[in-house]
Amino acid sequence: MPEIKVTPLGAGQDVGRSCILVSIGGKNIMLDCGMHMGYNDDRRFPDFSYVTQNGRLTDFLDCVIISHFHLDHCGALPYMSEMVGYDGPIYMTHPTKAICPILLEDFRKITVDKKGETNFFTSQMIKDCMKKVVPLNLHQTVQVDDELEIKAYYAGHVLGAAMVQIKVGSESVVYTGDYNMTPDRHLGAAWIDKCRPDILISESTYATTIRDSKRCRERDFLKKVHESIERGGKVLIPVFALGRAQELCILLETFWERMNLKAPIYFSTGLTEKANHYYKLFITWTNQKIRKTFVQRNMFEFKHIKAFDRSYADNPGPMVVFATPGMLHAGQSLQIFKKWAGNEKNMVIMPGYCVQGTIGHKILNGQRKLEMEGRATLDVKLQVEYMSFSAHADAKGIMQLIRMAEPRNMLLVHGEAAKMEFLKGKIEQEFSIDCYMPANGETAMVTTNPSVPVDMSLNLLKREMALGGPLPDPKKPRTMHGTLIMKENSLKLVSSEQALKELGLNEHQLRFTCRVQLQDPHSDPDTLHRVYTHLKSVLKGYTIQHLPDGTVMVESIVIKVSSSAEDVNAKVLLLSWSYQVQQSPVIFSSEPFNQFLFSSSRKGFRHTR
Amino acid sequence: MKLYCLSGHPTLPCNVLKFKSTTIMLDCGLDTTSVLNFLPLPLVHSPRLSKLTGWTSKDGTVNLEKELKECAGRVFVDSQPEFCLPERELLDLSTIDVILISNYHCMMALPYITEHTGFTGTVYATEPTLQIGRLLMEELVNFMERVPKAQSATCWKNKDLQRVLPGPLKEAVDVWTWKRCYSMHEVNSALSKVQLVGYSQKVELFGAVQVSPLSSGYSLGSSNWIIQSHHEKVSYVSGSSLLTTHPQPMDQSSLKNSDVLILTGLTQMPTANPDGMLGEFCSNLAMTIRAGGNVLVPCYSSGVIYDLLECLYQFIESANLGTTPFYFISPVANSSLEFSQIFAEWLCHNKQTKVYLPEPPFPHAELIQTNKLKHYPSIHGDFSSEFRQPCVVFTGHPSLRFGDVVHFMELWGKSSLNTVIFTEPDFSYLDALAPYQPLAMKCVYCPIDTRLNFHQVSKLLKEVQPLHVVCPEQYTQPPLSQSHRSDLMLELTPPPMPYRRCSVLNLPFRRRYDVLLTPISESSSWFM
Repeated sequence: MPEIKVTPLGAGQDVGRSCILVSIGGKNIMLDCGMHMGYNDDRRFPDFSYVTQNGRLTDFLDCVIISHFHLDHCGALPYMSEMVGYDGPIYMTHPTKAICPILLEDFRKITVDKKGETNFFTSQMIKDCMKKVVPLNLHQTVQVDDELEIKAYYAGHVLGAAMVQIKVGSESVVYTGDYNMTPDRHLGAAWIDKCRPDILISESTYATTIRDSKRCRERDFLKKVHESIERGGKVLIPVFALGRAQELCILLETFWERMNLKAPIYFSTGLTEKANHYYKLFITWTNQKIRKTFVQRNMFEFKHIKAFDRSYADNPGPMVVFATPGMLHAGQSLQIFKKWAGNEKNMVIMPGYCVQGTIGHKILNGQRKLEMEGRATLDVKLQVEYMSFSAHADAKGIMQLIRMAEPRNMLLVHGEAAKMEFLKGKIEQEFSIDCYMPANGETAMVTTNPSVPVDMSLNLLKREMALGGPLPDPKKPRTMHGTLIMKENSLKLVSSEQALKELGLNEHQLRFTCRVQLQDPHSDPDTLHRVYTHLKSVLKGYTIQHLPDGTVMVESIVIKVSSSAEDVNAKVLLLSWSYQVQQSPVIFSSEPFNQFLFSSSRKGFRHTR
Repeated sequence: MKLYCLSGHPTLPCNVLKFKSTTIMLDCGLDTTSVLNFLPLPLVHSPRLSKLTGWTSKDGTVNLEKELKECAGRVFVDSQPEFCLPERELLDLSTIDVILISNYHCMMALPYITEHTGFTGTVYATEPTLQIGRLLMEELVNFMERVPKAQSATCWKNKDLQRVLPGPLKEAVDVWTWKRCYSMHEVNSALSKVQLVGYSQKVELFGAVQVSPLSSGYSLGSSNWIIQSHHEKVSYVSGSSLLTTHPQPMDQSSLKNSDVLILTGLTQMPTANPDGMLGEFCSNLAMTIRAGGNVLVPCYSSGVIYDLLECLYQFIESANLGTTPFYFISPVANSSLEFSQIFAEWLCHNKQTKVYLPEPPFPHAELIQTNKLKHYPSIHGDFSSEFRQPCVVFTGHPSLRFGDVVHFMELWGKSSLNTVIFTEPDFSYLDALAPYQPLAMKCVYCPIDTRLNFHQVSKLLKEVQPLHVVCPEQYTQPPLSQSHRSDLMLELTPPPMPYRRCSVLNLPFRRRYDVLLTPISESSSWFM
């Protein structure tokens, strides 16, 4: 039986460094190729030596698919393709293809230029890597090769995020990447059809959370920002340049307008305008409402939100600053944080998930003293707030997706082990399907039962149909007779005559024979004649012939008579019939014929049937 | 397997394919050439048009002076323009399971088919096709509704009367089935039945048939369709182009191994080279402006206009037209320009690369930003106060029977300084101009039709090798005006199967196999 194997190199019982290997129908696919924000050493990237110890990955992978532009899903891509070595196709959606190189370059700059690391990928490598990218459109069926096809579905989460279906023959796997089952202020909800994959590989960041309504969270967020501004504090919101940032900008922009607030809102880095431009050009990837009204009013043209300059951080008075990156692990957001951390009037709002090891994660866990590089410690006095704005599906959302796709098996990645365990139990209980949660380097194996398509000759089909009565009953399985020919990867069911012809074989006939011994003093021809007349009288309605070659034919059954050398009275009746007659024993079931056989063989009857 | 042909117009097709017990409509084209028989609908009162004399037959027995007006030696119907619909009697339209749309020009009859016929199926189209199709319909409705006409002429349609009418009216077919434009309500209802598809998406219909759209290279989101079962394959080719304009290139290889290829939407201008026409367009435009005249370009508000604007973008500086205002007037002008910029996935590679930068894919964004191109919903409002001459105006409708173009024809027609340049190939320019005669304005005919020509299509067919080709009968003989040009027709072996309006064709299929699906757990027992 065929098997599908899934091995996470990253994101197995962990968040970050997403990289999952799938083997299906003889094809090997790498899903995502991310980096881990929590590490600065080798553990930052997935361990590609799992695929091969030495040499390039090209020979071992049929394709690489990137689900969206977040670095924990694409951050290791140039390293993998240019430094380890991979020349095959890399698939991602158009927005991902547009935005991912910018974030990679950003990541490279922070690591190499600011932290001074060497042996890292270069700008040229990012460019070379992007040349290997093949853009994917939503719902388009892309034929990677003759057997492997992939198809992207809308995933919400961030601009251009996609779920992918991977299919070989009738076996399939769906990988969700990160997704969001509720539409937000700028993106729509993930959607998939009832594609019944053999395995659904789902993220499970919020496996145990059932989040309250979005409206409440938004109100909460605005209230906190407002309060802080009112008492003259500064609000830092660490974000990633694209994604949550735009949603929160739309939220603050409309709030500022409604409340007529004057405190400045800044957006750090030069990315802001560029980022918003991407949203304008890829407006088809945003939610229904924005798409519908974009001609009249483009939601990504902000009036209140201005570009940030480093010097503004020391300006007196309240302000709101969006700064990158989102987990406070490096860059501008960390610099501003260091400046503002000492004042209890200030506030930092973490709008998304923070992986272990980052400062974001530490302060969220209540750490108030931070050890910085070079022995210094930092006292955290400002207010720390966590607002779950990251667009991941919560437990309810994950269950909803399972209901949509109806997978035969479930596999969880991109979450914490303990939370996964809980969700696994829930899934197995509610859907009675197996749920796997392999750790990094561990392989989950699922046995599949795919269908094998067989081409059936139309002639044979018609003939077999005719045998089974006037109309075929589509609800009942039917037995059919034919010859299966396997040739050049295809299966054909044809009639045996056609099969013999195609294969150039001679037909061999299988005949059944039976000896009946009886006592009769007459000569052989006379005995035969007596048998003939007897059969004539008992088998009414059958064709019985006495042929000149000394045989009697009852329909197609041949009867011959011979006598033994020792006892001329002991006659042997030889009956012989073909395989076809055996299959449809019309005559054998007729009472008179049987009686004849039995009554005439009182002296030992051997039937070979 | 049968093909019902509901439209005789080769570029605005409407065919129905019965395939494996599914009923599939291929396109839903609306023949708008019928509007040429009507008087233009002026936006402001036109003394000239209102003074035309009514028509009575020479012997005086037939008097239709209320309905028919004579103008420059031709007779026109004085009524809201009407369209020639696809045939509705040939088969029961309520039995249609799906409608496949190939491009936004070929869906204009959709509301007539999906509304009031009992249609309960699904329409499949790509997102640009839906969005731009919606804009074109909205524009059409707007053109008609903003100049309501009190009277609706019907008497002339009487069979006995039509026989004695002069000119093209007499020969017009099925006039009693002609219909006025639909309402916005009907458009919305029709378009709510559209389900979006992406290129190469495989859509299963009832488990029996799989349909899949392929890029056809003609316009944003335009597609050809593959309709197949396991062992039969029909390709539907409609409005395809091999020129590198803005859309994604045509997918040719997927058309291979078809049993039947239905071929529609070839170029209507087989002898006009689009590049040459574009050059002529530019030089005539520059000449007129330099002489102090205005240029009128009657056009659709999406499609070739994007290419015209792109061409002008490069041309303006070199031709010293930097200060000439360019106006684009249509109720959907703004939407059309905005929508063109957001369909990166559907554009050619060059334009896609621009989006990655991120820059708008079409340079008309820059023309608008630098105030060289201005767009207005109509001649009323802001336009009337901001309008400067000499200028270039792009506006619809290309038939010159309704829309803002009517106003400019009346306004500029009397001066020989001005020029009207026809770029759309759908209407004969002489017929379009007929109700404006006598005309002092210069007329230039530069039809730009990027669809396949006969040379390209024979090369394509040689490559994809379908077993049989079905096409409109017009493609099986040279055009009437150039009967000696045997290169302007399809010559194939076996010869193509021609169709005309109301034809019903039996499609030849020779199928030898069907497919059974066996779970592998059972099939392993075959070998035991």
